[in-house]
Amino acid sequence: MSAPGVSAPGAGPRVPRTRVVLAALLRKELTVELRSFEAVPAMTLFSVTTFVLFHFALSRNTLSGDLASGVLWVTLLFAAVLGINRLFVADAEQGGFDGFLLSPADRSVLLYSKALTLLAYLVVLEVVAVPAFALLLLGPALWPALPGLLAALALGDLGIVVIGTFVGALAVRTSVRDLLGPMISLPLLVPVLLCAARLSSPLLGAGHVGSLPLRWLATLALYDLVFGLITFAVFDFLLED
Amino acid sequence: MAVLAALELRGLTRRYGERLALTDVNVSVAAGQTLAVLGPNGAGKTTLLRVLATLLRPHGGEAEVLGHALPAQAWAVRGRIGLLGHEPMLYRELSARENLALYGALHAVPGTQRAQELLASVAMERRADEPLRTLSRGMVARVAVCRALLHDPELLLLDEPRANLDPAASELVEPLIGRASGRTRVIVSHDPAGVLAEADLVMGLVRGRVALLAQAAQTDPQALAELYR
Amino acid sequence: MYGKRLRALALTTFAALTLTWVLAFFWAPDDADQGFLQKIFYLHVPLAIVTLGGFVYGAVAAIMHLRTRDSRWDMRSYVAIHLSLVFGVGVLITGSIWARGSWGVWWDWSEPTLVSFLLVMLLYATYQPLRFAIEDPERQARYASVFAITAGAFVPINFVIVRLSTAYLHPRVLGNISGNLPGRFQVVFYLSLVSMALLWITLWRYEMTSKHAGAQLRALRRRLSGEDEDTQPRRSAVPTLGVEAGAPR
Repeated sequence: MSAPGVSAPGAGPRVPRTRVVLAALLRKELTVELRSFEAVPAMTLFSVTTFVLFHFALSRNTLSGDLASGVLWVTLLFAAVLGINRLFVADAEQGGFDGFLLSPADRSVLLYSKALTLLAYLVVLEVVAVPAFALLLLGPALWPALPGLLAALALGDLGIVVIGTFVGALAVRTSVRDLLGPMISLPLLVPVLLCAARLSSPLLGAGHVGSLPLRWLATLALYDLVFGLITFAVFDFLLED
Repeated sequence: MAVLAALELRGLTRRYGERLALTDVNVSVAAGQTLAVLGPNGAGKTTLLRVLATLLRPHGGEAEVLGHALPAQAWAVRGRIGLLGHEPMLYRELSARENLALYGALHAVPGTQRAQELLASVAMERRADEPLRTLSRGMVARVAVCRALLHDPELLLLDEPRANLDPAASELVEPLIGRASGRTRVIVSHDPAGVLAEADLVMGLVRGRVALLAQAAQTDPQALAELYR
Repeated sequence: MYGKRLRALALTTFAALTLTWVLAFFWAPDDADQGFLQKIFYLHVPLAIVTLGGFVYGAVAAIMHLRTRDSRWDMRSYVAIHLSLVFGVGVLITGSIWARGSWGVWWDWSEPTLVSFLLVMLLYATYQPLRFAIEDPERQARYASVFAITAGAFVPINFVIVRLSTAYLHPRVLGNISGNLPGRFQVVFYLSLVSMALLWITLWRYEMTSKHAGAQLRALRRRLSGEDEDTQPRRSAVPTLGVEAGAPR
């Protein structure tokens, strides 16, 4: 005897395919962000405002080389930290972790979906922030530096995503999540900042665009890889109640 | 009629730091039966439910859910359990339909037909496409019931299920989560008289220990009231 | 369990430390360049090595904790990390004094070891606030272990990266140790290293014993009072051991 529309219990769990789960989670992230605008607008606005702050703090109209590279990357980093703080909040507050943990889905898929989401936030951020930077503060032209800069941004973003997903998951279910997030992620992001800034500064040099220093490219890539593996290995332990 | 035990707990223990949240819980629940768990606040009822849901690991003793030992075989059991807790476990920015689509994907429930049927049976079809934050708590509770049943679980874990439902909603939801559904159920409740009517077994928890364990038919409501003293 | 042979260990440590300092001051010759100040090297570098070793041990204990879910490993990790934090402050202070004495500045960005050390300390300084911010003891222990593992991996990696990035204006201290130190320097250095390690281990064991005894005492109290307290005491960053009263561990 069953209620209408209910099949007989006992069918057993079907394990869903990773692709399907990932797509569903990403769709959820996109929908929630588009409807609530919690992360991306704040990150973007923050970055533009920070450029203005730097203008007044440094009393400079244009920047180039090391200084330009540094200002750009520090601003991106702080904006990213805002995004990291919001990354897991909806899930923690609306019972999403439990709902996911109760399902037979592979738990790593949550890691992938959050990492991809943070990456998406960063890409949107940079689409606004980099041109804004070129407009407001950058002395040399942006266009010739762009290919190299895109490579630096890509690898830097990867580093931010790896560390950010890890720290976001770690900090979200603590009592002072907005404080712990930056406190823990910033030291871990220093190597990323270091490599990305060294990568970018010859590109933004006054006079001519230098070439991409491969040494920093390789170092950054390796750092991303190592911490990517570590995050993958420990993520499960962060999800449990 | 030989029935395989759906739930078998032997000496189940769960710590909270240096304290014990659950101590030496023993019970056996046959398939299709209903276990009611009662007790004062802080007795460990929700902890017990969360252990059964595989969300918390047992720290001692043995727990077998649907024939599989926890925590080693928790993976085999996930997807066969439906949990209805205090929180609806739904995203407020998404609509009922979108939430169920998400959970359907997580549980590999094919298509949207089942979600559709469940929404219809709790009379939420009309407002299924509005974000949950625009709905009243009772309506969200009804959608939560749909979420808990979407994957057709064999075991239902209900934490004060009537708490957010008005009488009309309770009636709608009864064939899905009530005795007639044929599923094994564990209900946590604060209503001794009400829950006795729909339970086979009754367990009273006080400070993490089993103070009472008996057949519901043979239990006097007075004895249950004693638990709360 | 941790209290055994504690007194012998403490005495050995005291002897080693005393011997080290006597030799450092009266037997090892003064450095040609830096003179008397160079002696601080015998304190600074062993402190640094032992501190880093402590952080790495904290990560190893954290891995064991996640594998076995035994809260004793969490306690070991916690004590190791917080002891190394204290030693680490010592490293930064002695490094700063040495820099001031040798090169006239209190802080020097081109000394990569000190810079990476600062970074590591900034990271580990978040360990206790992290623990304190999580009330559920089991989750607190688990999250702390995850942090300790990641931070432990960060230690060597960040050293390499910072080293890559700094211009070497000053003599690299660690490089000097293996190759260029003449005999007496080496002897005193290794002796100092051993005695610092002993100091760390002794303090670690003292703290483990104390925490363990405290947990057993509380378990006994609970047994006697019939487990009556329903409320958890004040929030704490310290791990809880799931100790049963009377169980020998």
